[in-house]
Amino acid sequence: MRRDEAGAAGQPLHLTVPRTEGRARAINRGLARFRDLGLVVAIAAVAITTAVRSPQFATAANLQRIMLDISLLLLVATGQTMVVLTRNIDLSVGSVLGLSGIVVGFMLKSHPDMAVPAILGLGAGLGLLAGAINGALVSWGRVPAVIATLGTLTVYRGLVFIFSGGQQVNPQDVPRQLLQVARPGQLGLPPMVLMALLVATAGWVVLRYTRTGRAMYAIGSNPDAARMRGLQAGRIVFLTYLISGALSGFAGVLYAARFATVNPASAGTGFELQVIAATVIGGTSILGGRGGIPGTFLGALLLGTIANALAVSGVSGFWQRAIEGAVILAAVAVDAVIRRQAARGVAGRA
Amino acid sequence: MPEYYRQYTVTPAPSRIVILFGQEAPNGHRELGSAVALGAREPSGLSTRGLTKSFGGPPVVKDMEFELLPGEVHAIVGENGAGKSTFLKLLAGVHPPDAGQVAVDGVPVDIGNPTIARSLGISLIFQEPTLFPDLSVAENIFMGNHPVGRPLPFVGWQRMRAQAAELLESIGARVDPSQPVGELSVAEQQLVEIATALSHRARFVLMDEPTASLTPREVERLFAIIRDLTVRGTAVVFVNHRLEEVFAIADRITIMRDGVKVGTWGVRDITRDEVVRRMVGRELGEAPARPIASPGEVALEIEGLTSPGVFRDVSLSVRRGEIVALAGLVGAGRTEVARAVFGIDPFERGTIRLFGRPVRFRSPREALRHGLAYLPEDRQHQGLILPMSVAHNISLTVLDQLSRAGWLHRRRERELAQEQVQRLRVKANSVSQPAQSLSGGNQQKVLVGKFLVTQPKVLILDEPTRGVDVGAKAEIHRLIGELAEQGIAVLMISSDLPEVLALADRVVVMRDGRVAGELSRSEMSEEAIMHLAVGSDGRAAV
Repeated sequence: MRRDEAGAAGQPLHLTVPRTEGRARAINRGLARFRDLGLVVAIAAVAITTAVRSPQFATAANLQRIMLDISLLLLVATGQTMVVLTRNIDLSVGSVLGLSGIVVGFMLKSHPDMAVPAILGLGAGLGLLAGAINGALVSWGRVPAVIATLGTLTVYRGLVFIFSGGQQVNPQDVPRQLLQVARPGQLGLPPMVLMALLVATAGWVVLRYTRTGRAMYAIGSNPDAARMRGLQAGRIVFLTYLISGALSGFAGVLYAARFATVNPASAGTGFELQVIAATVIGGTSILGGRGGIPGTFLGALLLGTIANALAVSGVSGFWQRAIEGAVILAAVAVDAVIRRQAARGVAGRA
Repeated sequence: MPEYYRQYTVTPAPSRIVILFGQEAPNGHRELGSAVALGAREPSGLSTRGLTKSFGGPPVVKDMEFELLPGEVHAIVGENGAGKSTFLKLLAGVHPPDAGQVAVDGVPVDIGNPTIARSLGISLIFQEPTLFPDLSVAENIFMGNHPVGRPLPFVGWQRMRAQAAELLESIGARVDPSQPVGELSVAEQQLVEIATALSHRARFVLMDEPTASLTPREVERLFAIIRDLTVRGTAVVFVNHRLEEVFAIADRITIMRDGVKVGTWGVRDITRDEVVRRMVGRELGEAPARPIASPGEVALEIEGLTSPGVFRDVSLSVRRGEIVALAGLVGAGRTEVARAVFGIDPFERGTIRLFGRPVRFRSPREALRHGLAYLPEDRQHQGLILPMSVAHNISLTVLDQLSRAGWLHRRRERELAQEQVQRLRVKANSVSQPAQSLSGGNQQKVLVGKFLVTQPKVLILDEPTRGVDVGAKAEIHRLIGELAEQGIAVLMISSDLPEVLALADRVVVMRDGRVAGELSRSEMSEEAIMHLAVGSDGRAAV
C-alpha cells in the first residue's frame, strides 16, 4: 500500500486517495449524519407514540414539565460537555447541585427576601468554588479526572449533610420570588427554561467561535499536539471545571425553585449519570475532541422525553432507569462503530 | 503577552534575502556559494554551538555545532539513535538543552518551549504528524492562531477556511480544508503540517524523516514543495535514512554518530559510500565475536511472508544453536515480521515452518505452546507488567503448569522464579520485588526469564539491549550466546551493529519491508550491513 501499489503510472501528480479509504470515509460520514438524525427521529417517535396512547402527554402542563426537567439537565450538561470535550469528566455535578441547593435553601430560611439574582449568584459562586477544587485537582494535582471528581462527589455530598444536619429545605422556606422562576412568565415560558436555553446558546458560541473553545476540542483530540502548539491545557481544563461547577451551582438554585424542596439525601443524587448520558447520547465522545452543545441539547431532550413518556404511561421508575441505561449503551455503541470505521480508514494506509 | 515573548521575538528575515534568492534562482536551482558568502558578511540563519542534551544517561546530543542558511536544504543523516531527532527537538523547544547556545541571525536565543520556537520562525514536522484527528484541516492549520474578528474575539470560520485553502493551494496540496484530519492519509497530513508551518511564517522548517511512510509519488510531491520553499528563502532541515533521497534534495549533509557531529559536507563533495562509512565509522573491537557455532537442523523457516504495505516476500531461516540477526533501519519492517510470525498480527501470504512443520499461529498463546517465544522491544508496554513482582511476571506465561484446577501453586511459582533469577543473574533482592524497581538491564533479564520458563526452542529477541547500560548489555550478550549453545535457535532483531557483529552467525538485512540481503559471518561488517540497510548500493529502494 505504500511505495509499491500507489505508484500506478500515468496519473497526474497529485495525492490520490486510495479507494478503501474513500469507502471508510463515506461510511463514517454516513454514520455521523445518521446519528444526529437518529436522535431527532427517536425523540419524535417517543413523543408521537406516547401522545397517541396517553392523552395527558400532549397537554400544555405536561410539555412545560418536560421543559422544566430538561432545563436543569441542559444547564449542567452544557458544562459537562466542555469538560468531556477535553477528555475529562466531572462526576461531582450532582453533589454540587445538592450543595448549592441546600446552602441557598438554608440561607433563604433566615433571609427570605433576598433578590433572585443574588440567590442565583450565590449558588453559582458556590459551584464555582467546588469546580475550582475539581479543576485544581485535575489540572495541577494531576489526579485522573474520574478519581478526583468521584472523590469530590462524596466530599461535597458529605458537606451537604454536615451543613444541613440532615434537615431538608421545605416548601414554606422557599420564598415566592424564587418559585416564580419556575412558573410561566410573560413569554409563556418559565424564566428557568429561558435561562437554560440562553446558557446553552452561550456555551455553543464559546465552543464554536472562541479560541478557548476550539482549544478545548484540540486538547481532547490530541493532548500532545496541543502542548506542541503552545495551548495551555492546564488552564483550559481548569476553566471547563469552573464552568461545570458554576452551572451545577446555578442549577442547584433552580432545583429549589422547581421542586420547592431540597432533601440532602436526594437532591442531585445520581444526577451526574443523567448529565453524562445526555452528553454522550448527544454525540460528544467520551474520549474527547468531538461533539458539542447542539448534540447535548438533543440528548437532554431525548432523555427528558423518555422519562416523561414512561412516567405518563405509568411505567415504574425502575424500568425508567433500565431504559435510560439501554439508550446510553446504544449511543456509545454507535460512537464506537464510528471511531472504529475512522480508525480503519487510517490504519489501512499505515 | 508573556515577558519571554517580547524578549526573544526577532524581526523576520530581511526580505532582501528572499528577493535575492528569488532573482538568482528562477528555476529553483540554488547556488550555495552565494548563500555562504552572504552568511559570512552578515549573520543570517540558524546556528548552534556546543548544544548538549542527555536524558539521565550519556549525552544523546553532544557539543553539536550546526549551521542552517536561508534557502538551503540541509540533510542530517546517521544511524538509529545517533541523536538526530533529539537535536531537532532541541531546536524546536520540545526539550530544553543542557548546555550550548542557539542563535537566530547571529542573535543568541533561548528556546524554552515550542511557542518560542515558533515565534522565532522554527517549525518542526514530526515523522508521524502530530495533528488533531477530530478537527478540520483548516482548524489544524490555525489551532492556537485562529483568525479572530474585532471587537468580539470570535473565530471567523469562513476567513479561516479561505486562508487555509490559500495556504494549501500555495504548496499545491489538494486537500479539502473542512475535512477532518483523521480521514487524511499520512502524506496529506504532512502537507497540513507544512501549511501550518507556513501559516506561522516559518523560516526554518525541520522535517524528521518526512518520507518514511510516503509512496515514491508522494515523495516527489514533497520534494517539489521543499524546492519551492527554499526558493522563497525558507531553510529546510531534512533528517532521513534514505541516501538516494538525501542526495536528490539536499545542498549540504551533516553526519551524526553517537550524538556527535562527524562533519558537514556539500552534497557534491562527498559520495554515498563515504557517507555510509562515516555514519558507522566507530572504533571497533568492542566485544570479541562469538565463536562460530555448528548449527543443527533448521528450526524456524519463513518463506515469502507478505503483509501488504508492511513487508513483502520475506524469507529467512534459523537453525538450532544459531544466532541470526535481523538488521535494518527503524521502519524497515523487522518488528512487524516478528509479530506476524508470533501470531500477534495477521499476514496475507507466505509460509512459516517450525522444524519442518508448517504452522500459522493465531495467537501468541498458540506460538508459545509450540515452542516459539518473542521478546518485544518495548519492555514497559508489551513485555513486563511493571507493578507486579518479579515472580509473578516470570510465572505469567506458565500459569497453567503451575496451577491445579485453577488454583496457583505459590511455592512452585517462587521456586521457578528463583531458579530463573539465579540462572540469569538478575540483581534483585527478592523475587517478590516489583519489576519496576529493577534497572533496565535487569528488567530485560526478567523478561528473558519469563519466556525461558516456557522452554522455547526458537527465541525471537527484539532489540534485546536497547536502553540498558554497558554492564548489563555484556551479560545479556553472554546469556544469548549460552542459549544458542543449549540448542535454541535465536533470531535477534537489532539496530546495534557492534552487537550484531559480536553475536550473529549470519545477518539478514531488511529495507523498506523487504530482505535487502544476507551476509555470512565472513562477509559481515558494519559498512556492509549499512550499505544494504540504506540502499546505497545503487539498487532501487524496492
